[in-house]
Amino acid sequence: MLYPRIIPCLLIHNKGLVKTVKFKSPKYVGDPLNAVKIFNEKEVDELMILDIDATINDVEPNYRLIAKIAAECRMPLSYGGGIKTSEQAKTILSLGVEKIALSSALIEQPTLATKIAAQVGAQSVVAVLDVRKKRFGHKYDIYTHNGKNKDTHELVKLIKQLEQNGIGELVINSIDHDGVMKGFDLELIRIAKSAVDIPVTVLGGAGSLDDIGKVIQEHKIIGVAAGSLFVFKGPYKAVLINYPSQNEKLQLINQSLPKNEQQ
Amino acid sequence: MITIVDYGLGNIKAFANIYKNLNIPYTIANTANELATANKIILPGVGAFDYAMLSLNRSGMREQLDELVLEKKIPVLGICVGMQMMALSSEEGTLPGLGWMNATVKKLRTNGDAGHTPLPHMGWNTVKQTKRNILFDSLEQNAKFYFLHTYYFSCNEDDTIATSIYADQFTSIINHDNVYGIQCHPEKSHQNGIALLKNFEEL
Repeated sequence: MLYPRIIPCLLIHNKGLVKTVKFKSPKYVGDPLNAVKIFNEKEVDELMILDIDATINDVEPNYRLIAKIAAECRMPLSYGGGIKTSEQAKTILSLGVEKIALSSALIEQPTLATKIAAQVGAQSVVAVLDVRKKRFGHKYDIYTHNGKNKDTHELVKLIKQLEQNGIGELVINSIDHDGVMKGFDLELIRIAKSAVDIPVTVLGGAGSLDDIGKVIQEHKIIGVAAGSLFVFKGPYKAVLINYPSQNEKLQLINQSLPKNEQQ
Repeated sequence: MITIVDYGLGNIKAFANIYKNLNIPYTIANTANELATANKIILPGVGAFDYAMLSLNRSGMREQLDELVLEKKIPVLGICVGMQMMALSSEEGTLPGLGWMNATVKKLRTNGDAGHTPLPHMGWNTVKQTKRNILFDSLEQNAKFYFLHTYYFSCNEDDTIATSIYADQFTSIINHDNVYGIQCHPEKSHQNGIALLKNFEEL
């Protein structure tokens, strides 16, 4: 049986790890390599690392740091931040990264996915869409550059187009729920999941394992990512890297599955 | 000595790190000369089938590799697309494969039931051992491994030593004489993957 994926998502800012709230006020939470070592010990399903400076500063991805992180990772790694070309994508994969995540470059030029996938394979091309709920109604706007630039694409249309162009995974990130730790935007997840037939990973809002369980219960095969949940502990958000044990994870998944599918 | 074939694709460093941590000597081959002395070969792979074949054909190592595997019968372990390349052909591309195995590579089927079996097949899945093999020493039955693929290795049952289930059951690990292949990524499968890579070295 294929298990749902539970994925810590780490943000890199000024070479350190940070955690944001609604994409603002980055709080320093530690050293990336140290965090990866701890997540190795905890045998996490996958790791997602996003450099939130590269696109904003219009600089190349930090290959040296990526190489160091990838060498340390004993789990699959997706990296995002500053990737614009298939050359950059190939360089990053050659450093030992499994999946490359693109956001603004794909939104500006959705056909880029086809070009990159032809070389590295669709399974390694991830689109990350940062979305914010419109003030009125049940619609969402897509944003780039850490939530600063509003894009004009319609969400579902763009998702379908990206799938057709050959992306292998969609990460949908709720800006409104980022760092708030009060649960995922379940409506947004439904919209994204029903639009495509590729793996979907959701990010933004997890405050407890129950929040993750709710998503798994509804969608079964899905990636559930979280930042704050896996780097903070307690009501005062003390920095403490954590992740459910294999038993806790199995329990969580079993609670979410019908009896005959439990492991 | 483990020799990891570096033809520009696949996670060379991840294998190197695992063998380094196990204190197992390894070398990374970029040329036919560096490959020549191998007594165990790892053929990694991440990417599209044609691009992988093209890269290997252009690497200058193809003939040496064929000779080592087919004539000298050096054990070789293909990983993901590295395994798929060992087949005759793939539905993903038009280039011929290495043809070390009587097999073809086909696209996984999806159920098409509202995203319950999306493609690629991505994540941790159980691997059921269908034959005894040294590769499985110290591994539990139904151990979990990380998968990331859309195509699978379609071969005869004799060569299949483990299977996994997505929309359908498919072959996840193969062995025929000195040729071994694994669809999942042992280099990214924590302790289970490390155990399998260690077993390959101890063949």
